Amino acid sequence: MTITNLEPTTALAELRETKTEKVTLVVLSGDMDRVMAALIIATGAAAMGMQVTMFFTFWGLNAIRKEHASSSPKDWLRRAFGWLNKGGASRLPLSRFHFGGLGTTMMKKVMKDNRMPGIPELMETAQDLGVKMIACTTTLGLMGISKDTLIDGIDQLAGVSTYLNEARQGSVNLFI
Amino acid sequence: MQSDVKLDTLGYFCPMPIILTSKKIKELTSGQVLEVISDDEGIKKDMPAWCETTGHTMVGLEEENGIEKKIYKAYVKKAGG
Repeated sequence: MTITNLEPTTALAELRETKTEKVTLVVLSGDMDRVMAALIIATGAAAMGMQVTMFFTFWGLNAIRKEHASSSPKDWLRRAFGWLNKGGASRLPLSRFHFGGLGTTMMKKVMKDNRMPGIPELMETAQDLGVKMIACTTTLGLMGISKDTLIDGIDQLAGVSTYLNEARQGSVNLFI
Repeated sequence: MQSDVKLDTLGYFCPMPIILTSKKIKELTSGQVLEVISDDEGIKKDMPAWCETTGHTMVGLEEENGIEKKIYKAYVKKAGG
């Protein structure tokens, strides 16, 4: 009888190579608190060696838009909409107690005083850790956001099939 | 407890201690022990959970009384391969 000596650490590494856990997050909300929760889960999962994909759609797109970038769509309705719906990771409002900006500003101050990373910092960390970011094409069109006004490092512009293909392999799929 | 490399995450909240740990552990060779110093109580549960998922071994946890808060020292032994 021959006994194969299998190094446990090598076996474990091989196992992990073939069975990487996947996490997908749909970010529909553009509220600062919700996007923050999504980014904390994303960065945490990436730090745990999981493969993370974030899909930004609807208001969530505001988190991956450049600040002060204007898309200027041709029709006046979407232009007016773009004027009202401002983008930028550091400009997301709180879902509650926004108070025309005052509440959110105060929350940001508390976070900064306590050395808690804000949305722009979390976003940078997420990209650093290799979190894949995908923007939904349908809502980009609907909301009149052109792709050149999105931040750098958006891996793909895609739709529902791309999401479902990733999600069916995912062990953690969240809708935020 | 003895450690090879120290990582100071004092003042950082979740998820930063785990993220900094995942970055720092890459600098170690397998078998070396990383000492993560944190004042976030969540690390007591988070570090074992992180180890379980990543395959590294948690070899110890120490609790000390700091000036304002408790300070935790988590010892993580890097997995091989």
